[in-house]
Amino acid sequence: MTHVHEIDQQLEMAPAPELSFLRKYVFSTDHKVIGKQFLFSSLIFFMFGGLLALLMRTQLAWPWQEIPILGKYIYGSTGNILAPEGYPALVTMHGTIMIFFFIIPVLSGAFGNFLIPLMIGARDMAFPRLNMLSYWFMVPAFLVMLAGFFVEGGTAAAGWTSYVPLSALSDMIPGSGLGQTLWIISLVLVGTSSTMGAINYITTIVMMRAEGMHMFRLPMTLWALFITAILVLLATPVLTSALLLLLFDRTIGTSFFLPEGGGNPLMWQHLFWFYSHPAVYIMILPAMGMASDMISCFSRKPLFGYKPMVYSIMAIAGLGFIVWGHHMFQSGMNPVLGITFMTSTMMIALPSAIKTFNWLATLWQGQIQLTAPMLNALAFVSTFVIGGLSGVFAAATPVDIFLHDTFWIVGHIHYVLFGGSLFGVFGAVQYWFPKMFGRMMSESWGKVHFVLTFVTFNLVFFPMFLLGANGMPRRIADPYNYTYLQNLQGLNQFMTISAYVLALAQVVLIANFFVSLFRGQRAVDNPWNANTLEWATTSPPPLENFHKVPMVYRGPYEYSSPQAEEDWLPQNRELLPAPAD
Amino acid sequence: MGGLIPGASTFAGPIDSLFMIVLVVTGVAFVLVEGVLVYFLVRYRHREGGKATYTHGNRRVELAWTIVPGLMLFWLAVYQYNTWINAKIFLPGSSEALTVDVSANQFEWQVTYPGPDGLLDSPDDIKAPINLLHFPVDRPVIIRLTSVDVLHSFFIPALRVKQDAVPGRQVTFWFEAIEPGEYELACAELCGLGHYRMRGQVTLESQAEFDAWLADVAARSQ
Repeated sequence: MTHVHEIDQQLEMAPAPELSFLRKYVFSTDHKVIGKQFLFSSLIFFMFGGLLALLMRTQLAWPWQEIPILGKYIYGSTGNILAPEGYPALVTMHGTIMIFFFIIPVLSGAFGNFLIPLMIGARDMAFPRLNMLSYWFMVPAFLVMLAGFFVEGGTAAAGWTSYVPLSALSDMIPGSGLGQTLWIISLVLVGTSSTMGAINYITTIVMMRAEGMHMFRLPMTLWALFITAILVLLATPVLTSALLLLLFDRTIGTSFFLPEGGGNPLMWQHLFWFYSHPAVYIMILPAMGMASDMISCFSRKPLFGYKPMVYSIMAIAGLGFIVWGHHMFQSGMNPVLGITFMTSTMMIALPSAIKTFNWLATLWQGQIQLTAPMLNALAFVSTFVIGGLSGVFAAATPVDIFLHDTFWIVGHIHYVLFGGSLFGVFGAVQYWFPKMFGRMMSESWGKVHFVLTFVTFNLVFFPMFLLGANGMPRRIADPYNYTYLQNLQGLNQFMTISAYVLALAQVVLIANFFVSLFRGQRAVDNPWNANTLEWATTSPPPLENFHKVPMVYRGPYEYSSPQAEEDWLPQNRELLPAPAD
Repeated sequence: MGGLIPGASTFAGPIDSLFMIVLVVTGVAFVLVEGVLVYFLVRYRHREGGKATYTHGNRRVELAWTIVPGLMLFWLAVYQYNTWINAKIFLPGSSEALTVDVSANQFEWQVTYPGPDGLLDSPDDIKAPINLLHFPVDRPVIIRLTSVDVLHSFFIPALRVKQDAVPGRQVTFWFEAIEPGEYELACAELCGLGHYRMRGQVTLESQAEFDAWLADVAARSQ
């Protein structure tokens, strides 16, 4: 701890050297810049992934129809309409891009990077150059993944899950040629980037907290990012290994997964899901942490059950490693595992339920301010609940016999990922925008975006449970080939039109973001009267984050404390005893 | 309605009631949680001069909402065991059941029935026309499922059966149809560009009608 103060004094004495444009904004080692780099790239990929979803929805509403005006630009190479192998490719790239190039980078890469040093009172990450490298491993990953759109056979088309043998044998679907190889290489690069980030976050949080910042004074955002980083560190190597084994099966004649050579296709599924199940918690935990901080702040009340909340995150992460088989109930694996994985999967609902009750209890008897960030945080809670409850049906193994690989699952995942993580991101962007950019976003346009998004989101995704209950499988380019699904076309069309409106609603957020970047009202240090350390410095912070490294005296949730006259009490404010009379 | 599409096998009753039970439990949870959420947002809206209650938590309440849902979830899991075991671990005896081979490939289903000797893997086996599946009602049917190329999945929604077809492995499962009629078989695992059209026509009929159909198929293939 004294070591930090010594370094502090040296900084106070020496002025920082002036950096070139490249070193300042492109190859920066400043966590705030790197966080913003992750933010901007993620948002670009979000838009691209969203566009792919709109193309999928268009096909499901009007299969094989030419799209007016745009059709010849999008599907020019296949006669202006979607080719049969095109739908699996769309499905694959939508999932891959949203998961690996949007949600994980925006939560961990953007908010993790920007917030961790600020919230612990540090001047930067433990390893600034490793941090820069972690972003710059993403850039070739982007390029390699996008290259798939331009090679012969097109992009990978075996699903984001890349099940073998479809993904291993290049003659099984056009995308399993060069496109699949590029997909594999891209994800190896992404995994490397994530792992570098995880090492940095864990080290920084453990070693560089300001004096007084005990672990149980960390805001939930940081507990969530910390545990997420541990998940990334432990799980990602398994995916990377599986990807390499798949690459070898595809290129140098091995048979890890291919039956002809004695391999087992189910082995791919086990290795893939051993990572990908913890991955879904990597995709939700940071949003849960941020929602906790926003809900507490805008209720003007301490977070209810701080320690149970922390332990619940640990339980979700721990249990998250022993549920992966619930993706494989019908796979042909030993059905006795259906019993064990069902039991662990039912139990993992418990810590999420505990968190939900604690969020409600935080609102109870609060002074709730329905700001744009708060509305999005509340939308996170309400839609995450639907997502979680719908998962209980799939966890019920006999019921899963019917629901597996139907649209029930698509509805479930989008309620937890879009409803959960994405509303969390919308809230977080609007909450921390003032700190990142020194300006306020428009509160009224934020509310317009919220209402449009919340309504149309439910109109698009809730009917998916009906589609699933009617037995509509996933990844089917033309469901109406089946007589029993023909009556669902009307519902699919309704969902597609709602999806168009949902997409247009995002233009409101994007416009709000960019206009505010240049013309937003200048932000004060602490526009929300929040308690955590990032609000104890300027908006935006100086290069060294804090002119003077803060001292921490209390936890992050001292809202409406009897010790303070205002309804907030920052972590770094020293309360002096009243002078003796 | 309010549940799954009409069922045609002995699995449908148990599976559909489990769906209903989960629906009731999650439905109650949904109404309670969302209701409380909306109520709190209205009741505890920020008011000028209002003060929030300063509390960090309550141990008793935490224990209650940990133990009660925990027990409920555990019970919900255990309650499902028998139906799963019956569907996927248990197999009826081969003497009373009809055992057939189903082989999946891009993008069609091939059923092989035992011939007059009543055994599979013998020279008198009868291959059905592609994508045509007939099964007798009121008699267990055992399916030996495999794939010759990539993963597929044998999904007959009305029968509440779904089983992935894995190349290099034979997976065995069973069902007993109870409701005669015409149904469809869908592939439920992405298998290539023709995945959407890997459709089978399923006929459930009496044993006599089934025997007649099978004899007809055998005769045509001579």
